[in-house]
Amino acid sequence: MVDDAKASKDVLADIFGKALLIRQNDERIIKEIKAGRLITPYYSTAGQEIIPAALATCLNPADTLCTIYRGIHDMLAKGFPLEPMWAELAGRITGSCKGKGGTMHLTHPESGCMVTTGVVGSSMPIATGLGWAAQLDGKGAVSVASFGDGAANIGAFHESLNLAGLWRLPVIFLCQNNRYAEHTSFANSTAVERLSIRAEGYGMVGVTVDGNDPDAMYAAARAAVDRARAGEGPTLIEALTFRFNGHVLGDAASYIPSEELAAARAADPVAALRARVIREGILGEEHIKAMEERNAAAIESAVAAAYAADFPDLSEMKRDVFANELV
Amino acid sequence: MDTQKLNIIQAVNRALDHAMEADPKVLVLGEEVGDREEGGIVGATKGLSTKHGEHRVRSTPISEQAIIGSAIGAALGGYRPVAEIMLMNFMTVAMDMVINHAAKLRFMSGGQTAIPIVIRTMTGTGFGTGGQHSDYLESWFAHTPGIKVVAPSNPNDAYGLMRSAIADDDPVLFIENTPSYWTLGDVSGEIIPIGKANIVREGGDLTIVAHSLMVAHALAAATKLAQEGIEAEVIDLRTIAPWDRETVLSSVRKTGAALIVHEAVREFGIGAEIASEISEACFGHLKSPVKRLGGAFCPVPFSKPLETAFAPGAAEIEASAREVAAPQETA
Repeated sequence: MVDDAKASKDVLADIFGKALLIRQNDERIIKEIKAGRLITPYYSTAGQEIIPAALATCLNPADTLCTIYRGIHDMLAKGFPLEPMWAELAGRITGSCKGKGGTMHLTHPESGCMVTTGVVGSSMPIATGLGWAAQLDGKGAVSVASFGDGAANIGAFHESLNLAGLWRLPVIFLCQNNRYAEHTSFANSTAVERLSIRAEGYGMVGVTVDGNDPDAMYAAARAAVDRARAGEGPTLIEALTFRFNGHVLGDAASYIPSEELAAARAADPVAALRARVIREGILGEEHIKAMEERNAAAIESAVAAAYAADFPDLSEMKRDVFANELV
Repeated sequence: MDTQKLNIIQAVNRALDHAMEADPKVLVLGEEVGDREEGGIVGATKGLSTKHGEHRVRSTPISEQAIIGSAIGAALGGYRPVAEIMLMNFMTVAMDMVINHAAKLRFMSGGQTAIPIVIRTMTGTGFGTGGQHSDYLESWFAHTPGIKVVAPSNPNDAYGLMRSAIADDDPVLFIENTPSYWTLGDVSGEIIPIGKANIVREGGDLTIVAHSLMVAHALAAATKLAQEGIEAEVIDLRTIAPWDRETVLSSVRKTGAALIVHEAVREFGIGAEIASEISEACFGHLKSPVKRLGGAFCPVPFSKPLETAFAPGAAEIEASAREVAAPQETA
């Protein structure tokens, strides 16, 4: 059960601010790809913004994140800066990974973004190990594993949850159930209706929440983070959401019934939160417009800096294979 | 430490103990590694959890992905875990974590993250363990940029290479040969550097390159060959990746002949890579074609005569060495 603690006005404003940046950034990435200026496979996060934005309000930089190829929203919420992110998307030497990782392997340890994996489910075993390290350190840090509903059916999920449950590790298993595992619907890939019930099989608390509802998502995140910091073990959060685009940009997503997609877009969680913070007097319309302009300027500056930077020298292929450069 | 007679199990145990004493960041994890589970299937980790604590020496469920994933995560968190995957064939269950993650995260993060883990694993024919408990799979890992592969042939090297592997800032796969676990030898406590081969017998007529159990077989063959005046130089690779080109190539330039021996299946084995490099670098020095000996091209069979025939032994090494040592006429 999720307690019904509502997010405070400050927290709602924070969640909205993060979600807004994520949405604007996603739109800009899509625009750059469609214009042919950015050459990369891209897994849009549109529709899933509230989940990491709400969780991030409970985290600090010492907490770690292992996420997946559809994870830019997680990383922006965690504090991954725009400039090294955009330079990495563009494959430039100024990218966080010197252009050698790319869209599916964005990494920024300073903000706690430790691993982005291109393999479904593989964020979980590594996050379990970061949880072990946090437990050994004894400083109350939390490890987050972000993954999708498809990943709940791979072996890594079950091995990781069992180990984290057994060792009472401070890990938050954050399943963003966007209803489609690549092209396969949740109903066609999963034997249960609620993934959170699997938590019981691994001796941990499991909750299913509406990930698009900032109050519910915040309450679930708050409880999980508090539990982990208190040494009371891991949590599985199943955050229900919906992705607005196909699996990978360019995928026509014909496997998603059009009425289902239309309903999800009509209930756009970022637009809904925007309306709510205005309605509840948390943020003014003018203030939000100023936020949007600030975000747009910051993104523009990161894009321009990325394109102006050099590609990595070919000698980079000999660096970072091992600690010592190859001869 | 004073030189002591130890077997390979004891040498590995001693190296882990010393590394854990020297660095509180060193951890051990794997199936049955703790003393409540008898300190490992052959006792290689016996005593460590009692001495260093169960928080640092953790027995795990039978969950190879989670074992390696946890080692990677703990390494990202600043620790130096030594993970045990009981048998080399069980590496298959953890391959995503090893190949896609441990080996690649440093490069894919542009050097921002490092994965200083050691993966201990045992293998080898001889105990009738059949097709899923006996394979040498080193070439899979040697073929992957970002992971180092070592395979000691004796207790002294096992100790010294394990200390180096734990101190190394990159992932290291540490292959232990099951049948030679109980072979005694002097252990001096010296640190053996990764990437440095050992000339275990000098000779001028041919070079035999081997690792792990095959070193003992090569030495036995060399003793026989010496009785008929053929002096084999035997090189123990010790490290498979990165292998010591300089030592091997300069030996072959001297002897003019090379035989590479491994227990892994001959086809696409590391012998092919080494033979190719020798042919490119030493062509003008060679008096005969470079030859390889390896396991038969079949899963390791159970039936004793078949299992014995599967892996190269001293007799086959001797016969092949005689062949390559003799200058051959060109067609």
